[in-house]
Amino acid sequence: MSFFTSSNLDLAREIVGRYPRPRSALIPLMHLAQEQHGWVSVDAMRQIADLCGVTAAEVKGTGSFYEMFKFHPVGSYLINVCTNISCMLLGGEELLEHAQYRLGIAPGETTEDNMFTLEEVECIAACTEAPCLQVNYRYRLRVSNTDFDSLLDRIRSGAEPDLSKHGTLTNVRQQIPIDRVANIVPPEHAREMPVWLHRNEASTTQAVN
Amino acid sequence: MPTNDYVAHAPGYVNNEGPKLVTKRFEYADSFTLQRFLATDGYTGLRTALTKRPVDVHNEVRGATLLGRGGAGFPAGIKWGFLPPGKYPYYLVVNGDESEPGTYKDRLLMERDPHQLIEGCLIACYALGLSQCFLYVRGEMALAQERIAQALNEAYEAGYVGRNILGSDFSVDIVLTWGAGAYIVGEETALIESLEGNRGMPRLKPPYFPAAIGLYGQPTIVNNVETLANVGWIMANSAEQYRAYGSETSPGTRMFAISGHVRRPGVYEVQHGVTTFRELIYGDNFCRGIRDGHELKTFIPGGGSAPWFFEEHLDLPLEAGPVGAAGSMLGSGAIVVMDETTDAVKAALRVVQFFARESCGKCTPCREGTRWEEQILERIVAGEGRPSDIDLLLDIADNISPGPYPVAAHHAQGLEAVPFPPKQTTICPLGPSSVAPIASTIRRFRHEYDAKITKRDPIPLRIEVLA
Ligand SMILES: Cc1cc2nc3c(=O)[nH]c(=O)nc-3n(C[C@H](O)[C@H](O)[C@H](O)COP(=O)(O)O)c2cc1C
Ligand code: SF4
Ligand code: FES
Repeated sequence: MSFFTSSNLDLAREIVGRYPRPRSALIPLMHLAQEQHGWVSVDAMRQIADLCGVTAAEVKGTGSFYEMFKFHPVGSYLINVCTNISCMLLGGEELLEHAQYRLGIAPGETTEDNMFTLEEVECIAACTEAPCLQVNYRYRLRVSNTDFDSLLDRIRSGAEPDLSKHGTLTNVRQQIPIDRVANIVPPEHAREMPVWLHRNEASTTQAVN
Repeated sequence: MPTNDYVAHAPGYVNNEGPKLVTKRFEYADSFTLQRFLATDGYTGLRTALTKRPVDVHNEVRGATLLGRGGAGFPAGIKWGFLPPGKYPYYLVVNGDESEPGTYKDRLLMERDPHQLIEGCLIACYALGLSQCFLYVRGEMALAQERIAQALNEAYEAGYVGRNILGSDFSVDIVLTWGAGAYIVGEETALIESLEGNRGMPRLKPPYFPAAIGLYGQPTIVNNVETLANVGWIMANSAEQYRAYGSETSPGTRMFAISGHVRRPGVYEVQHGVTTFRELIYGDNFCRGIRDGHELKTFIPGGGSAPWFFEEHLDLPLEAGPVGAAGSMLGSGAIVVMDETTDAVKAALRVVQFFARESCGKCTPCREGTRWEEQILERIVAGEGRPSDIDLLLDIADNISPGPYPVAAHHAQGLEAVPFPPKQTTICPLGPSSVAPIASTIRRFRHEYDAKITKRDPIPLRIEVLA
């Protein structure tokens, strides 16, 4: 039985084909599984293992290193509040405290209605806009307590259209047209010197379109 | 209110006076589209490169003395020369994992001008004969991934990437790939492990210098996003024109994120080498000073891993040499400014906590040591510190990154310089980085440690939050 839907399975095969070795697709495929299911289940890991030519244990072994992969259900909206140094200086910890109070949960927990999961996170590269947070990896900057409250209200009433449900990172995928692919092969099939390097021996140069 | 020059669609970016090489398109709301890119000189660097021999393109970049922007500041042109001849295939891995505390610039470059980055990658691949490029973007940066995917789709379609680029004999694939949340994956060998589908744990150097043994054991160039974003400009103009900006040893411009207690925090493109910290923090063209009614206490000059600087370092230029000689580094271009309301011990704890959480666990001094440092600092901040804790902290530090440290028992003044660059007993510099905030604060703010340990805390605990 397939974990991936048939369209996602096609996509998964396409992703595997972009790397010289299939195992390199492991992290992207776990993201795909999470996009389909919200978290990475055992069935997902089994199928990813097949697609990447490894064991399910190896998939878990790699995946468990990375914070973004969830191996149990989380809320539809993952709220990540930064408390690292720049945010801390401008109230990141107070914001996290407020978030806990408003949501009634501690970092790492999910609200009873499965709507929100709260996390305390490290620097998310928006330090000049402190304090900041991400909801399903989309930024909200210079967030005050009242901003936070109205954010929750708007999410609940569906007024935050740029926020997809947890797991979906991007709404655009890379697509490589078949006729435009240069050459993606395992390293052992690419031992030749790339052709354009022969120009180094030429004295004349070439024009381009 | 003085006018600010924040650009709404590029949060944090300040479009101030001064030359703009890599941020010049940020003012356009549609700067990430192929259309805008082409209308603003886009891909002229690539076109110029393709009319030259690859080796000449490499020499041009070498001549520009383009310093790496990922942290170590190693010249890209020289790194590119380390590929062992004939051991094909070679790969390019772009480091877009930006996660050093305080650092915010690669994300802007990826979100606002993905084609500029792609152009830099293409030129590098052409110059060095790299067979495939992987653009590794930090997992949490959804918008950056989206923008790069969109840009690559456009570029493939229009013939800038893929087979027979612009009708030439040059062909290369660029694949967008991404992480899933782990700071250590920014370290280049850990990045390669991650790209091979493994846990992101660093490899030992030597022998695993990526240029020698990298992705799939093949020679691999790893460069930072900002480094590569400069390459198109250099080819479209020239190394000579690039060198007209900045200083002799640090040419060009560089992006700095200045955060914390300043009036106008932001991301600035700054002339490398010549501008000073004082200008950046106090200048009207930059951050305009410490927030109202407060004064500077300390600042971190180069991201969470860097030893801290003080008042007396303000007149140093933004240049690796003098900053290194003064005991710190420009690192990833992240300046965190703290005013006198900051609790130095608590701030140090927060940075150490980061390293403890992000330690990959491969080597004992880092895995255990960072956690111990964190626990000791935690108890000091909680008012439960013991008089021996300062020596204990420094002893642990000495095991991760051998000193000499200003051990109180040995030095009444406690002000012996901290060794820099740090030595390490670990596989990568993450563990030793955890020592920087500890050594810096013990050196300078020992009285705050003492006050906490003897429960006479002089720092008010309240932080002003936005209303
Ligand atoms: C713990 C650690 C984290 C790092 N994180 C990053 C990072 O997020 N982005 C980056 O470009 N370089 C990072 N680096 C530096 C890289 O290892 C590498 O030196 C850099 O990507 C090389 O690019 P450059 O020569 O263009 O600067 C990190 C290094 C260490 C030790
Ligand atoms: S120093 Fe820390 S992060 Fe680096 S390899 Fe060792 S355990 Fe991992
Ligand atoms: S410290 Fe919070 S985003 Fe960098």
